[in-house]
Amino acid sequence: MTLSTATGTAAPSTLFDKLWERHVVAEPAPGVSLLHVDRHFFTDLHSPEFKLLAARGLPVRNPEMTFCVADHVVSSRPGRTGGNAAWSETYLADLRAGSKRYRIKLFDVNDDGQGIAHVIGPELGITQPGMLVVVGDSHTSTHGALGALAWGIGSSEGVHVLATQTVVQRKPKRMRIRFEGTPGPGVEAKDLILHAIGKLGTAAGAGYAVEYAGSAIRALDIEGRLTVCNLSIEMGAKSGMIAPDEKTAAYLRGRRYAPKAEHWDLAVQHWKTFGTDDDAVFEREVEIDVRKIRPQITWGTSPQDVIAIDATIPDPASAGGERRQAMLAALEYMGLVPGQPIAGTKIDWVFIGSCTNSRMSDLRSAANVVRGRKVAAHVRAWVVPGSQGVKRDAEAEGLDRIFREAGFEWREPGCSLCVGANGELVGPGERCVSTSNRNFVGRQGPGARTHLASPPMAAAAAIAGVITDVRQSTLEKR
Amino acid sequence: MMKKFTVLKGIAAPLMVPNIDTDRIIRIERCAGIPRERQGEYMLEMMRLDPDGSENPHFILNKPPFREAKILLAAENFGCGSSRENAVWALMGWGLRCIIAPSFGDIFFGNCFQNGMLPIRLSAATVERLAAAIEADAGNAVLTVDLERQRILTAQGEEITFEVEPLRRRMLLEGLDEIGLTLEHEAEIAAFQNRDRGVRPWLYV
Repeated sequence: MTLSTATGTAAPSTLFDKLWERHVVAEPAPGVSLLHVDRHFFTDLHSPEFKLLAARGLPVRNPEMTFCVADHVVSSRPGRTGGNAAWSETYLADLRAGSKRYRIKLFDVNDDGQGIAHVIGPELGITQPGMLVVVGDSHTSTHGALGALAWGIGSSEGVHVLATQTVVQRKPKRMRIRFEGTPGPGVEAKDLILHAIGKLGTAAGAGYAVEYAGSAIRALDIEGRLTVCNLSIEMGAKSGMIAPDEKTAAYLRGRRYAPKAEHWDLAVQHWKTFGTDDDAVFEREVEIDVRKIRPQITWGTSPQDVIAIDATIPDPASAGGERRQAMLAALEYMGLVPGQPIAGTKIDWVFIGSCTNSRMSDLRSAANVVRGRKVAAHVRAWVVPGSQGVKRDAEAEGLDRIFREAGFEWREPGCSLCVGANGELVGPGERCVSTSNRNFVGRQGPGARTHLASPPMAAAAAIAGVITDVRQSTLEKR
Repeated sequence: MMKKFTVLKGIAAPLMVPNIDTDRIIRIERCAGIPRERQGEYMLEMMRLDPDGSENPHFILNKPPFREAKILLAAENFGCGSSRENAVWALMGWGLRCIIAPSFGDIFFGNCFQNGMLPIRLSAATVERLAAAIEADAGNAVLTVDLERQRILTAQGEEITFEVEPLRRRMLLEGLDEIGLTLEHEAEIAAFQNRDRGVRPWLYV
């Protein structure tokens, strides 16, 4: 059940179109919209851009609508005070100076609200349904899980937002992906979206805004929805969103930046006025039968290179042209042999973290696999909570103890090993099962081999020391 | 002031690998640790350089005449992945001003126009045909990209038309900056916020 109760005689419209229209400030040219930005997160990696703004002598138009976040360059080392990369301190210093100069709220390294922008936005209630949220980061699509318009922007656009509180945009086409049915055991939100990317391809969403719908999406909690929307960019989509429902309102109620009591009812009433109309037209519609999805794992160097855990590594001979060449290159980089089962592949690293999978539900599902067991002796396994809030909640629940006793390192919040912007890297030739979002060549470090999977799949791999079927791992535990 | 783009005549290098992501175009530690004006030295380093840092002699951009390329012919989904604008800065730092591909990552595509780089979408068949002609004979490598006329002229005299959204075309031709244009809409931005404050007061606390 979505919240929408809107009635009227207007032409049927999608959630995306309705929100887009509400944000149009002007139309500088035919087909070009100037849109109002409601919330903007400005991450540490962008701190040099304050200088670009200053060089032009421009003020920040609405500092109260931007939030500075220390997430990419910060160390995840316990006891940290900053970053461990050579550049970290410069970026953090510039971020602090910029936030002070322009009076922008900063979530600094060890502040209680600190964390990955895409984790703290929803968690602190900064992101709300119907907002337009932008971040100079491609995983901004995450925020769409709350029924917000949300997409990643570049550096120049970020300066534009600071100066004008708007973005210049061309409207994308609309796509709807319906996930229908009840997932089987061991199948997480991550598996739904990885499966969809594998089926549709990494460029399928280019030029589209995606709305996720269907019974399996409605059944997901908000954190699962955040994971689904997070990976929209990995199919090339500009944004991914889910219509707000009762779960969305319940999730936001009482959060630090959520509408306060005097505005709460008005806000919820407002959120009810949007949702896709029954007869709205999408340029592309996809339906996915969730019952057929098994736990997923990537084998190659693009998120579309994904198979079920009990499948064999695909043979490039089955493909043609550029695709065949790309598969051959991916297999060589990954050190894998076509036709072999992916399960049983020895690993060196496990990373549980990133804006994709570092929230409480992720840590709980991983801890359920880990509880009472030990990480294989040859595996280095990290848990990097997505935010200080997640870390505190997890510690209050004793999850940190479960991970530590098993041999995991329990670390401090940030982007960490997903992208290595803080200098934390997987070594050349080392193999990592990661709950993050990109298995690109060199993403986790030069020569590093990344296999994307869900948190319980990553946990099962840490215990077994090899890529393993979480369903099997859970049976063995019993 | 953004770099203008009017007519570009130069060597086109074919790099027909699909899904070249922006992490591949420039690594994160180069984005963070190297000044913007020197990031061109690290463009596509994992393809261009061997692990010991020496040049990979087999890589197209290391071979003459393609070292001097101003135009890149690329495969599907070029510039997918991370939003890092450093990818555009690195490509331009290397000397490229135009990328021709069947499709692009959306954020990368937009970032190009912010910096005076022209991304052109042509059909996969056309890009492959151009690439094949150049791979067969490097004498075919010189292309002329005329933004005013929206045409690409090949070495053999063939003219290929391309589409560019009119505002973006104008901005490149005149070297206009988006912030400057938007500031002209200040009154409308203020009016939007005044109106919106009544509808969504909780956003303005």
